[in-house]
Amino acid sequence: MSRGNIPASNAKTPLLEVRGLSTQFHTISGVIHAVNNVSFILDEGETMALVGESGCGKSVTMLSLIGLVAEPAGRVVGGEALFYNGISVRDLLKLSKAELRRVRGSDIGMIFQDPLTSLNPIMTIGEQISEAIVAHKGVSMSQARAQTLELLDYVGIPDPHRRIQAYPHQFSGGMRQRVMIAIAISCMPKILIADEPTTALDVTVQAQIVDLVAQLRKELHMAVIWITHDLGVVAGLADRVMVMYGGQTAERAYVDPLYNNPQHPYTIGLLGALPSLTGDESQRLVSIVGTPPDLLEPPAHCLFAFRCPYAFERCWQQVPPLITVGVRHKVSCFYDVGKGAPRDGI
Amino acid sequence: MESETRSLVRVEHLKKHFPITHGLLLSRQVGAVKAVDDVSFDIQEGETLGLVGESGSGKSTVGRSILQLYKITAGKVFFEDVELTALSAEELRKLRPKMQMIFQDSYAALNPRHTVAKIIAEPMAVHGDYDAAQIRLRTLELLDLVSLKEAYLSRFPHEFSGGQRQRIGIARALALNPRFVVCDEPISALDVSIQAQVVNLLSDLQKELRLTYLFIAHDLSMVKHISHRVAVMYLGKIVELAQRKDLFAKPLHPYTQALISAVPVPAPELERRRRRIILKGEVPSPANPPKGCVFSTRCPVAIPECSQVEPSSQQVAPGHFVACHLVNPIVEGTKIT
Repeated sequence: MSRGNIPASNAKTPLLEVRGLSTQFHTISGVIHAVNNVSFILDEGETMALVGESGCGKSVTMLSLIGLVAEPAGRVVGGEALFYNGISVRDLLKLSKAELRRVRGSDIGMIFQDPLTSLNPIMTIGEQISEAIVAHKGVSMSQARAQTLELLDYVGIPDPHRRIQAYPHQFSGGMRQRVMIAIAISCMPKILIADEPTTALDVTVQAQIVDLVAQLRKELHMAVIWITHDLGVVAGLADRVMVMYGGQTAERAYVDPLYNNPQHPYTIGLLGALPSLTGDESQRLVSIVGTPPDLLEPPAHCLFAFRCPYAFERCWQQVPPLITVGVRHKVSCFYDVGKGAPRDGI
Repeated sequence: MESETRSLVRVEHLKKHFPITHGLLLSRQVGAVKAVDDVSFDIQEGETLGLVGESGSGKSTVGRSILQLYKITAGKVFFEDVELTALSAEELRKLRPKMQMIFQDSYAALNPRHTVAKIIAEPMAVHGDYDAAQIRLRTLELLDLVSLKEAYLSRFPHEFSGGQRQRIGIARALALNPRFVVCDEPISALDVSIQAQVVNLLSDLQKELRLTYLFIAHDLSMVKHISHRVAVMYLGKIVELAQRKDLFAKPLHPYTQALISAVPVPAPELERRRRRIILKGEVPSPANPPKGCVFSTRCPVAIPECSQVEPSSQQVAPGHFVACHLVNPIVEGTKIT
């Protein structure tokens, strides 16, 4: 592995390497295994999508990495997250609170689903963007203001000189998300984490934001982790996709093989459940029976077995390991759907 | 619209304006939010009409206005050729069993302190001449219809998942054997795998019970899947209405074109090749809609006339209605002179 190399724009250099991440929440009724042994590598400048249904652990995975899991109920109980930045390697999960605070915002930027609750309602958006710049770069207020104006213009907010004094409630949903993006990129982060940034937006505005993030990623050479439940958005946006189910990795692949040759019955089910805008509309949707699993003390076997049409004896006995089925294509399943038989050699 | 088949629901020049008032004691009206502004369409028996639009386009207001849950500002609504808008409250109440609604937020729509048995039985207790035994029988029948277990009868809404709650809502809506059901974003709050379950259930029920749906949604691909005809709303107006096939194969209104192109398709190669029409800006406020065509402020092909004269809805092909000054030139692919 090439550690400490000076990043070249085209070479695949890992930026973030997560190994065996586990996060739990301690509740009155028991321990919720929200994230269970999740690993992945994020390369420089690539977009990775984290896909799954509500409660699958996709957001908690990201919150764990940046130290935002609500303590004391939530706890990262295992794993490491190596962040390669130039010549230094740091384990994000071992940083102190103060160090993490420096990483958030400057090395890793974040945008969330609901910009209205993420923005402070009684501060102008100018103050909020400047605040991030002053906090991380230590520049003067007037320099920060100049940069804020530039940023507002850059993320496509018309008339920045006037809008810098506006409050969040005076902005529409799409504009608020642009403000969030301006804050997130103000310190040129290496990684932008976007947690369902378009879910609350209308489809035409969603297209604008997806476009903007794609453009920023290219221009600023950021890596993007895009968390979503929408496999449609992912198709045009991501280089690689990780599908999560029940706090675990179900499947991980480059975007094309994931859509053209999905291996996990859950991925296959998700794709089948989507109505097509281009194809035959009279086809019946393939639905996945049942509901997502309860992560309160989950059983020690495949969590998808409850809903899986292919489940056999073994699926009820063990947790399937991640099996390599192609170039950086891994699946956590004992069954080969294409062959119609259990996989060999596991 | 003239048609051979019988229309079950007919809406003529429907307007619903919500007043904007100022002052607390001597409040006076200072304006109006034109949530729905002059909308006409009909729904055939056994048909699903999809109604799509972005938030604030007035699609839910149309649904509620048809069911007379709002007092409409102007226009007429017919159900089985009866003018609902002219009925007294009591006469309307007698018709209500035939028109029901399924809501987006099934959690808010179900009383948290009632058991499933009580929730499903309530419409029968209110409207029907059923005795307790009949209600019990019918409740079980309805549960079976929406594939829920009998054991659930004594449970409360919070004990269910979103998809199951939506099934309870559907069972309640069907309790009185309605002919027409307004489905107001019934799947928007559900996970993808559960959405498919509910949509499949709705189409099965339609076939089995000969139901007529108004299916309101912002998800174009789901609307395409379930609807026979689709109406596209923008800022209180229907800008285009056509058979599903026509609307998606050759959308004529620039807004419909942009809307369809903005929907991401779950196919990577296709997504990379697709050319998106990215609309500038956002939907204007319905309290102060633009002059002329409501879409003129964001329209990529607008001409000066568009911001002056409001286009009327015209039939450009059998059953295909469009409200746009430029429709003919767009069809022929030439520029207007």
